[in-house]
Amino acid sequence: MSSPILKLIAQRIALGVLLLLAVSVLIFAGTQILPGDVAQSILGQSATPESLANLRAELGLNEPAYVRYFTWLGGILTGDLGTALSSGQDIATSIGGRLWNTLFLAFWAAVVSIPLAISLGLLAVRYRNGWVDKLISGLALASTSFPEFFIGYLLVYFFAVKWQLFPGISTVYDGMPFLARMQAIALPAAVLTLVVLAHMMRMTRAAILNVMQSAYIETAELKGLSAIDVIRRHAFPNAIAPIINVVMLNLAFLIVGVVVVEVIFVYPGMGQYLVDHVAKRDVPVVQAVGLIFAAVYITLNIVADIGAIVANPRLRHPK
Amino acid sequence: MLDIRRIPIPALIGLILTALFLIAAIFAPLIAPYGNGQIVGDVWEPMSSTYLLGTDNLGRDLLSRMIYGARITIFIAVLATALSFSLGAILGFTAAVVGGWFDTLMSRFVDLLMAIPTLIFGLVVLSVLPSTIVTLIMVMGLLDSTRVYRLSRAVAVDINVMDFVEAAKLRGEGTVWIIFREILPNALSPLISELGLRFIYAVLFLSALSFLGLGVQPPNADWGGMVKENKDGIVFGIPAALIPAAAIAALAISVNLVADWILNRTTSLKGGRG
Repeated sequence: MSSPILKLIAQRIALGVLLLLAVSVLIFAGTQILPGDVAQSILGQSATPESLANLRAELGLNEPAYVRYFTWLGGILTGDLGTALSSGQDIATSIGGRLWNTLFLAFWAAVVSIPLAISLGLLAVRYRNGWVDKLISGLALASTSFPEFFIGYLLVYFFAVKWQLFPGISTVYDGMPFLARMQAIALPAAVLTLVVLAHMMRMTRAAILNVMQSAYIETAELKGLSAIDVIRRHAFPNAIAPIINVVMLNLAFLIVGVVVVEVIFVYPGMGQYLVDHVAKRDVPVVQAVGLIFAAVYITLNIVADIGAIVANPRLRHPK
Repeated sequence: MLDIRRIPIPALIGLILTALFLIAAIFAPLIAPYGNGQIVGDVWEPMSSTYLLGTDNLGRDLLSRMIYGARITIFIAVLATALSFSLGAILGFTAAVVGGWFDTLMSRFVDLLMAIPTLIFGLVVLSVLPSTIVTLIMVMGLLDSTRVYRLSRAVAVDINVMDFVEAAKLRGEGTVWIIFREILPNALSPLISELGLRFIYAVLFLSALSFLGLGVQPPNADWGGMVKENKDGIVFGIPAALIPAAAIAALAISVNLVADWILNRTTSLKGGRG
């Protein structure tokens, strides 16, 4: 661990911050593309000119777009996400608990799915071209084709309605006992796990197969190393970088999948909050939540890159 | 040239199912036993000989709604895919042929768009746009064209350095000729297998948007919208919402099977390249 690695990591983080800044411009611009303006779309076609003018003044729409952008960005950097148009509440306060709920759900889905996917991927390599392998590629086809709500409502139909094992609606509140909370998120976490599992499994399988077929593995086997040593000394260090990448990509996917899953289970998280306010055309909330989702997504991608740099010495010397 | 007996069974199943969905979509008014918005019975009646799939949350025949839903779902997904393909492929080819600042600008902009999860950015944009089918198609097509752009640019960069393109350039052909007469025919086969995947993605994206209540607006409904309409029945043990959800899954799987088969066929035709 010498300074070139730190320099590379610092570069990667700086690039990520720049990207995030560009993304904030894009998200802001994305809500300005309407030929009319936000005030018009909130009040509808039947609005009187007076109420339109009032709302415009209230939202600061009379300023040019770039001034509004910098005001917005300045607010976010100082922790002020603005106020929701529909309820007049402070966005940062409403988001706090919800962000935690979403991360809690995504965290447990990740805790279950990552070890499961990696061990199933190893199994698929061990029994490749056998029935385990075929079953896994069948599952992967299904999981890329099934919408989240199909898996979600199937689980609700059987586990919540027919067999009554878990609640079909995930109510959580502050001060809820840990076990009750775990039972509430069991089904949504299971859906998220199923959604990312097959993909992660298949990519792990490909990464390990790729390594196992290289010449140095054959050499190691031929020079008489035991199977465990081959994996520990030669296969694992080379497979770890692609696996980290797979895991991070799927965590980023989890963050998006969470939107639909939260709506299925009426779970009080960020996704539900975003969807509600898109329907209400509450632009400040949509901008803030969209930016937070994008930030999490970009951060996970940076972590994936840094993991790859640390795990793979070849990436430390870019041309 | 194409022997039906030589089509592998999964691909055959995929082809037949896809064809059935297409027929249902095209001839919807002829096949559907009842009208799309026609209320024919009680709320959530079970499956019976009169209502083959039962009735929905307002007492409309579910089978008829499914058939009209196929039409809306496939219509929007096909148009969005067509838009994303023509836009992404033309821009991608142009970027590869022209190069220089145009290439850099386009590629960095696409990188930027792809740094935001598609569903999230779609929701951000839809929060200010009017909810019509045209906006839906435009938003879906534009967002998805980023992926087509990357693929077509990568393919075209390889073709662009081939001798026949060089010859055309020396002959003095213009950029438009090179893109449509030299690059396009040679890039077609990798793009066609991508077409199937993009179509599936469009179906799933549309269903997700409609399920969230931001896609097709009532009284019309695509399959995702029908899941939304009937989802409240699930907790009472009424499986009406599962039927459109399963239809989305079936359509996606069958197109996937066909796309896989086409991909294998085109790569083996090229002597195993790629």
